[in-house]
Amino acid sequence: MAVQTPPRVTPGSPSTAAKPETGQPWKERWAGLFFVAPFLLLFAAFLLWPTLSGLWNSFFNTSLAGVQQEFLGLQNWREMFGDPAVWSSLKNTFVFTAMSMPPLVIIALVMALLANRSGLLGWLLRFSYFAPFVLPATVVTLIWVWIYQPGFGLVNGLLTAGGFAEIDWLNTENRAMLAVVITTVWWTVGFNFLLYLAALQGIPAQVYEAAAIDGANGRQKLFRITLPLLSRTTGLIIVLQLVASLKIFDQIYLMTNGGPNFATRPIIQYIYQNGFTNYRIGYASAISYMFFAIIVIVSVLQFKLFSGRKEGAE
Amino acid sequence: MTTVTATNTTTRPAATRSGPVEPRWSFPKVASIVGAVILAAIWLVPLLWALDTSLKPEPETTLIPITWLPEAPTTAAYQGVIDQGDLIRWFFNSTIVAVLVTALTLLVSVLAAYGFSRTEFPGRRALFALMIAGILVPPQVLIVPLFQEMTGLGLVDTYWGIVLPQVVAPVMVFVLKKFFDGISRDYEDAARVDGATRWRIVWSVMVPMSRPILVAVGIFTFIGAWNNFLWPFIVTTDPSMMTIPVGLANVQGSYGLRYAQIMASAVLGGLPLLIVYALFQRHVVRGVGDAGIKG
Repeated sequence: MAVQTPPRVTPGSPSTAAKPETGQPWKERWAGLFFVAPFLLLFAAFLLWPTLSGLWNSFFNTSLAGVQQEFLGLQNWREMFGDPAVWSSLKNTFVFTAMSMPPLVIIALVMALLANRSGLLGWLLRFSYFAPFVLPATVVTLIWVWIYQPGFGLVNGLLTAGGFAEIDWLNTENRAMLAVVITTVWWTVGFNFLLYLAALQGIPAQVYEAAAIDGANGRQKLFRITLPLLSRTTGLIIVLQLVASLKIFDQIYLMTNGGPNFATRPIIQYIYQNGFTNYRIGYASAISYMFFAIIVIVSVLQFKLFSGRKEGAE
Repeated sequence: MTTVTATNTTTRPAATRSGPVEPRWSFPKVASIVGAVILAAIWLVPLLWALDTSLKPEPETTLIPITWLPEAPTTAAYQGVIDQGDLIRWFFNSTIVAVLVTALTLLVSVLAAYGFSRTEFPGRRALFALMIAGILVPPQVLIVPLFQEMTGLGLVDTYWGIVLPQVVAPVMVFVLKKFFDGISRDYEDAARVDGATRWRIVWSVMVPMSRPILVAVGIFTFIGAWNNFLWPFIVTTDPSMMTIPVGLANVQGSYGLRYAQIMASAVLGGLPLLIVYALFQRHVVRGVGDAGIKG
């Protein structure tokens, strides 16, 4: 960490808050609450309340138009488990996650290995690899829809120039998801690249010097030292990427609108459609909660796996 | 220069001194430089292609086979987009929203992090645990109830409606709290001896000592708020209240199929953040690294 190091750090001591002295005046005892109050009020209003009201709504046939609500019990939930559109959009979400994960990890690793210790080129490489990440989803999709354009789009222009057949990327059922994945990798791989780069730069040079003295060649250094030392970062990237990928919505909505024939519609879009197109707040809330449960389960499983591995390594 | 190169220079002399003699231009080295540059070129091509298209006269954009550089570059597409008017308005909205979200997030999170790190009050642990649980809630699952709530509060199509939900960032509080935990108490004890109040201690002791992390949190909050699509898309229906990402989602339809203009608006929409990133690359790279190492 690049922190100004305090001159006298008492190890471990400041991590627990001061014990309240007995017989403290009322004001001192509650003073801390004033510091957390602004955050807690916003937290309660815009995170906790909608979380709870969403659960409440899932038991009613609430509609956005404000029609009198009627208690349904578990009917929304039952309907959800029998709704093929729920299952197909969940499947699309997982297919997207599975297709994008390997390139998002492997290309990021390759980029970091190439950009590490590259001297003056380093700035340009870091800029090129990460720049797409700072763009808004809409800018990214405007550019890529134009690139995938049949006829005079860049990709099809290159395909036909090379003597290949054109592909109508965004309107062909088994190509549209691939097109979205390619765009996503281009857009977001830079974040994982920076995580790998930071980890690479954290490996002390002495490790390589020692290996060199032992006569290790470049390939041995890569496979015996670098990659094993990066395994914790790889775990972290997979964890972050999995949760992020499951939340896919922006690119797909903007590029294919879930099509063709719902072949790319992710679960968030189905929630959106039920809530804002069909005005079925209750049903959308039930699906939201099912998705929320998936995210929590995935997060908890990963946390267990990850913290277990960390203990094992130490 | 960046921190990244700074760490390199400290390691390089040692490596050249004690390592075995490595040829300056070995084959693997040249190959990796060539590979790195090719990959960078591939990553830049979509951006350059967008810029290239935006400088073409409209009829040139749809030629088959495709042409590379415009015969006579023109800014007509930019002129057309700007004359159309909305883009300027969206820029204005995005700036207000991103600045408000960043300022409020930093303010509220610094105070909360200090409260959780340095004070004791009844229920502190429970509230902290509740906040951590809040990290698990994906904002995407809240769009429906949050929109209902905003309708009830009359905040649809207002800046506050766009801003307030984005200010709730438990992750930032968590990161700052962890950072504050690592700052020695001696500083604030000294300040207290001098008669400083807790409020003063936050602003004249904790904040100056946390500058690097606050800069990183600020930049990421700003980029996130500027780029946020889903929530502003849900909570704005009036084109004059839209942010850049939401407004641009509608240009494809409203311009018909005028590609040079669409690419001109994409370039204009992306440029501010590319500039921010180019200027603050050092902080961004380090910020991601810090987050990852602490992960």
